[in-house]
Amino acid sequence: MFKRFDGDARQPVEIFVDGRPVMAREGDTVSAALLASGLDVRRQTAVSGAPRLPYCMMGVCFDCLVTIDGMGNRQGCLVPVRPGMQVEIQKGKREIGR
Amino acid sequence: MTSNRPMRDEYDVAVIGAGPAGLAAASLSAQSGLSTLLLDENQGPGGQVWRAVTSTPLKQTRLLGDDYWAGSKLVEEVRASGAEILQGATVWSLDPHLELGISVGGGSQFIRARRVILATGALERPFPIPGWTLPGVMTAGAAQTVLKSSGLVPSGKTVVAGQGPLFWLLTAQILRMGGQIDLILDTTQRLNYLRALPHAAAFLRSPYLLKGLAMMREVRSKVRVVSGVTKIAASGDGRLERVTYEVRGRSATAPADLLLLHQGVVPNVNLAMSAGVKHQWDEIQLCWVPVLDSNCGTSVDGIAIAGDGAGIAGVLAAVARGRIAARAAVEALKPEAGAKAPSMDTLRAALAKVERGRRFLDVLFQPPKQFRIPEGDTVVCRCEEVTAQDILDSVAIGATGPNQLKAYRRTGMGPCQGRLCGLTVTELMADARGKTPEEIGYYRLRAPVKPITLSELASLPKDESATKAVVRG
Amino acid sequence: MTLRADAIIIGGGIHGCSTALHLCLRDFRPVLIEKDYAGRHASGVNAGGVRQLARHVAEIPLSIRSMDVWENVQDLVGDSCGFDSHGQVLVAEDEAELEICRARVADLNMRGFSHEELIDAKELRKLVPAVAETCPGGLVSRRDGAANPAQTTTAFRRQAEHLGTVVREGVEATNIRKDGRLWRVDAGGETYEAPVLVNAAGAWGGRIAASLGEPVPVETVAPMLMITSRVPAFIRPVVILRGRKLSFKQFENGTVLIGGGHLATPYQDSGETVLDWRKLQESARTVWELFPIMRNATVVRAWAGIEARTADDLPVIGPSARHEGLFHQFGFSLHGFQLGPGTGAVMAELIATGNTNTPIDGLRVERFAT
Repeated sequence: MFKRFDGDARQPVEIFVDGRPVMAREGDTVSAALLASGLDVRRQTAVSGAPRLPYCMMGVCFDCLVTIDGMGNRQGCLVPVRPGMQVEIQKGKREIGR
Repeated sequence: MTSNRPMRDEYDVAVIGAGPAGLAAASLSAQSGLSTLLLDENQGPGGQVWRAVTSTPLKQTRLLGDDYWAGSKLVEEVRASGAEILQGATVWSLDPHLELGISVGGGSQFIRARRVILATGALERPFPIPGWTLPGVMTAGAAQTVLKSSGLVPSGKTVVAGQGPLFWLLTAQILRMGGQIDLILDTTQRLNYLRALPHAAAFLRSPYLLKGLAMMREVRSKVRVVSGVTKIAASGDGRLERVTYEVRGRSATAPADLLLLHQGVVPNVNLAMSAGVKHQWDEIQLCWVPVLDSNCGTSVDGIAIAGDGAGIAGVLAAVARGRIAARAAVEALKPEAGAKAPSMDTLRAALAKVERGRRFLDVLFQPPKQFRIPEGDTVVCRCEEVTAQDILDSVAIGATGPNQLKAYRRTGMGPCQGRLCGLTVTELMADARGKTPEEIGYYRLRAPVKPITLSELASLPKDESATKAVVRG
Repeated sequence: MTLRADAIIIGGGIHGCSTALHLCLRDFRPVLIEKDYAGRHASGVNAGGVRQLARHVAEIPLSIRSMDVWENVQDLVGDSCGFDSHGQVLVAEDEAELEICRARVADLNMRGFSHEELIDAKELRKLVPAVAETCPGGLVSRRDGAANPAQTTTAFRRQAEHLGTVVREGVEATNIRKDGRLWRVDAGGETYEAPVLVNAAGAWGGRIAASLGEPVPVETVAPMLMITSRVPAFIRPVVILRGRKLSFKQFENGTVLIGGGHLATPYQDSGETVLDWRKLQESARTVWELFPIMRNATVVRAWAGIEARTADDLPVIGPSARHEGLFHQFGFSLHGFQLGPGTGAVMAELIATGNTNTPIDGLRVERFAT
């Protein structure tokens, strides 16, 4: 869907998506890093389990919800990546506190 | 200065949103000696138009255009102004007593302000076509966001559909950066060119005219553009695979990995409405706009709205309105400091100049009814997965407005709190019931306007050892 | 134009709608006048608790009668109302609170009521596995449960209309007066007249009573609620606390409702409320301590509904002490939702026959006469 622009000179940042290492860049939001990763990062909705990817990327649609470092329902499009960050793709309703 | 949490409990002025309006407002306010807090949800200033202006990997001026880099000047100005700048801060509550609930760094706190300037901007108008919830369908603004902040460009088969001035800007930017666009579906109604004609004279003097035309030419020379599109549907198994569209009653299909939708922007009303600010339906822009006085003041004493949240008018008007709102705060709180700042007359004249020609764009790019009011099993509320037919069924058994519909179908009760369905629901119910959108009304919005965790609200720790200390202590 | 009805009901909350429906079942043709829309205020936005548990003894017979109506609500209104019956549990946070529970059960048993049972720590954990381990027990009322308040109120309204009630929404009842035997009320350009007038106007009921020379000590309040995003099912009964203000309920769809009676500021004339986030912070803290599992749940929305609270926290139900043909049904003081279906039946009985078998003596307006 997306590729990185050739002239991007930002520092790489390693994060983990469902345990798999992914190279993001400094300044990426979690959602941008996921979209650029080429992985299947579709979440499933809590209502029907329908697959979704981020829609607005500006904090209003909530289709980018992910679990970040154990905390569920974070807006991936607003959270910047940090080295070693653990990201989980949400499948259905979140366990509380997850 | 940029801080990690508010340094005081009370400010003269709190500005919410660090886009063009917010930057201009905070800067003028702080320069006049008012204690000023600028709050913004993103990691860096700029809002949507100047997103990532301090951090974008696209350092070459040519790629994003001069208008984009104009933002860095205003960022420098606000940084030098003495305003306290808080990035990554979500304002989840604002009440009529001007108390703000702020979530920052995983904790919540309250601050008070004597004046609040809302510069929460716009969001893209819902574009509820069949299949718009499929992975691979995004807003054009979303593509622009990842382009500016992360240098991502579309790489697979890409279709861009919709209309409006930003539509052409975005497609031009993607193409300049080597992104792929295979097809552009232009939904501008042919009839609108006639409707807009009476407003054309003013537009001829608009700063946007030449830039807009140049951009359209640039795009048309590189990509196939299909105009007069009257129907669009996305489909695929678990993700987008194709886009079907109709022109003059003839249907065609294009394979697609990515469909970018855009049919204009509308004010982001959630925070203002939750504070009790009175809004009305704008018959031309087809959205809710706050009722404002000539100082950008709202129906709630002490709350002003600047920028596209005050009605869509673009970046230059946002800056002008930001200054007007800030000037009004200065006049109210510290009139003697007003002498240094430009006079209100000067500011209002500047606004009038950049508003010129807006009506032309509003009328020309008024989105067609079929792209605002969907039918059948097209999803309206993405969060709760409610279709147009579900809503009509509820109307048939007695739901008269959006607030009753919540009880019947939970529309607008998901995490987005109506941002992606509210306008559709109002227009759909108005259409079904033969009423005006003004008569149908909107969701009653409430804080928290963004979800917050219970721990955050309780301002209590999340980790186990700290938890034990609290429970025992 | 003057229109004749068998009864004029002011207020389209659960109470007005239920009374309208039950009057129709007795072949009355009432008109119901609602200034906003049915369920706009407290009836549509309350916590939805269907609770006999922990009620004042004066209300218990009415509450039990209402429970019978609730258990057949599908047949009555053709809608489930979202009613489920997983019980309500009152949690004692320490031994002293448990002792009060023990005395409560003894007192109720002596009065012939058996709906509340004392439970120990083990049974509490069985009913509410997620509760903090320090709680020693509490009370359960097993027939209790919860319903969707807006769905319920609209279902009662719809069925009342279906059975013959004239429902006038969006018009205010004004100029309430009595000419001879007939009550006359103006609403939306019409005048309605009827031998019976029912004051079921919720937060606005006190004003109506006062304007008719029968003042009741009543204040306007707005209890706050908040709700979380969907989480997997972890709790079935509704939980309330003995000491602190908390009610806690998970819906079928996974969302968790947190209430308990902390108050917002009501603005009665505009029908709006301003939330008190410091109080909601207290609720959040209570949940945080009692249900560790909820600590990172996200709060999606908070709101408050406007209603009336009387000086003794009990509703005003029954005929006026002053005017023939006037009936009061308001002042439910934060706990009127469960009572709605049954109170409508009792009111219809009182209006149609002059009597009811359900004891309501402690609830009559006379108690406030000076």
